Amino acid sequence: MNNLFNYIERESPIHELTGATKLVCLLLWSLAAMTTYDTRLLAVMSVLGVALFPVGRIKLKDVTFMLVFTLVYLALSTTLVYLFSPRHGCGVYGSTTLLFGLSGYFAPTAEQLFFQLNYILKYFATIPFVLLFVCTTNPSEFAASLNKIGVPYSVAYSVALALRYIPDIQKQYHEISQASQARGIELSKKASLVSRLKSASSILIPLVLSSMDRIEVIANAMELRCFGKNKKRTWYMERKFRLIDYLCIVVCALLLVASITLTHINGSRFYNPFL
Amino acid sequence: MKKLGVKSIVAIGIGAALFFVLGRFVAIPSPVPNTNISIQYGLLAFIAAVFGPIPGALAGLIGHFFIDFSYGWGVWWSWVIASSVFGCLMGIVTMKLKIDEGEFGTKGIITFNVGQAIAHAISWIVVAPILDILMFQEPANKVFVQGVTGAIINIITTAIIGTILCIAYSKAIPKKGSLTEEN
Repeated sequence: MNNLFNYIERESPIHELTGATKLVCLLLWSLAAMTTYDTRLLAVMSVLGVALFPVGRIKLKDVTFMLVFTLVYLALSTTLVYLFSPRHGCGVYGSTTLLFGLSGYFAPTAEQLFFQLNYILKYFATIPFVLLFVCTTNPSEFAASLNKIGVPYSVAYSVALALRYIPDIQKQYHEISQASQARGIELSKKASLVSRLKSASSILIPLVLSSMDRIEVIANAMELRCFGKNKKRTWYMERKFRLIDYLCIVVCALLLVASITLTHINGSRFYNPFL
Repeated sequence: MKKLGVKSIVAIGIGAALFFVLGRFVAIPSPVPNTNISIQYGLLAFIAAVFGPIPGALAGLIGHFFIDFSYGWGVWWSWVIASSVFGCLMGIVTMKLKIDEGEFGTKGIITFNVGQAIAHAISWIVVAPILDILMFQEPANKVFVQGVTGAIINIITTAIIGTILCIAYSKAIPKKGSLTEEN
């Protein structure tokens, strides 16, 4: 399961933070990066995100695969933005500065290039932090932290159940799929699209029907143990907050405040150097 | 919020786990290179149709969050929320169906498919692009083209897989009043 979620067990200050702290920080950080398009703040957040990697003892080679994946996606996305709307930046910044003496629909403008730089920066402001979160947070601590930040424990318990049963269902899917393939069900490129979808459902039916039975069994077991009778429950993986936890939350909250303040000062979410 | 029953809680957990496994590991290669067809929405529609809007919404939310989380490419809240909206809408439009009592005839199939088409259209052509524009200020035509493509693919896969799942499940359940007293 640790493999599945890329959790890397090491000793570091970031690993020692409670799951709830990291979850709150992730939410605050994402919100801050979402609201602002200010180049300066995004640059600060990108640098800060990368700077946290050595603190969390996460090496580049730990995240290479995810990073490559993300970069390819990012490259594709920025190209698409340019193809679909080569003058998007002009609308955003309210001016047009043609570059290199070119003209025409796809001619590069300073505003568009600056917008795309911001677009890329926006990804870089969030991705390192999310990667760090993924690598340093034990998935089992997740449910306990959700409950701690105010999510009802029944919902938090659903999350715990999902985490508990993902490996089981994955294994079961694998078994059913192998059994079906042995009986001649084709899932590869050789079959046509519709028949591939149909054969996928012939694997799905046994998987889903047995999962429905599973739901029944688990629900009965939980009901027999009086789940949901009390207002609160305790969590094995829960840890107490320490000073450093509060500090981290305050720092991330400040980022969000900075982001909102900058939006207010700039008069819009963008920092406009073309004025 | 109404208190969730134990069965709903378990359904959310298992539904999210199924959604995750299908979305993450079951890749059906599509004709377009490097793209895969996601079949998890057929499953989500089924879960929502059987258990209702709240389990549908939460299973979509948790499952999609874990998919993004495990890929490590950042959590795309706009699309995670759209998945959850789809689960919720699907649960609402299928409220009247009684799949868990073994009833899923022609009328049920029509309701289910019209409902899923509308729910997909709202989630991917309205909710996801608007959130993308609000959060990332992406060009409108780009996100709408992405949204429309996603909606069409999802409607087709849900129509095939969701319907098959519903039929199979309703057949596996003995109908109400299917037993007749002898003598």
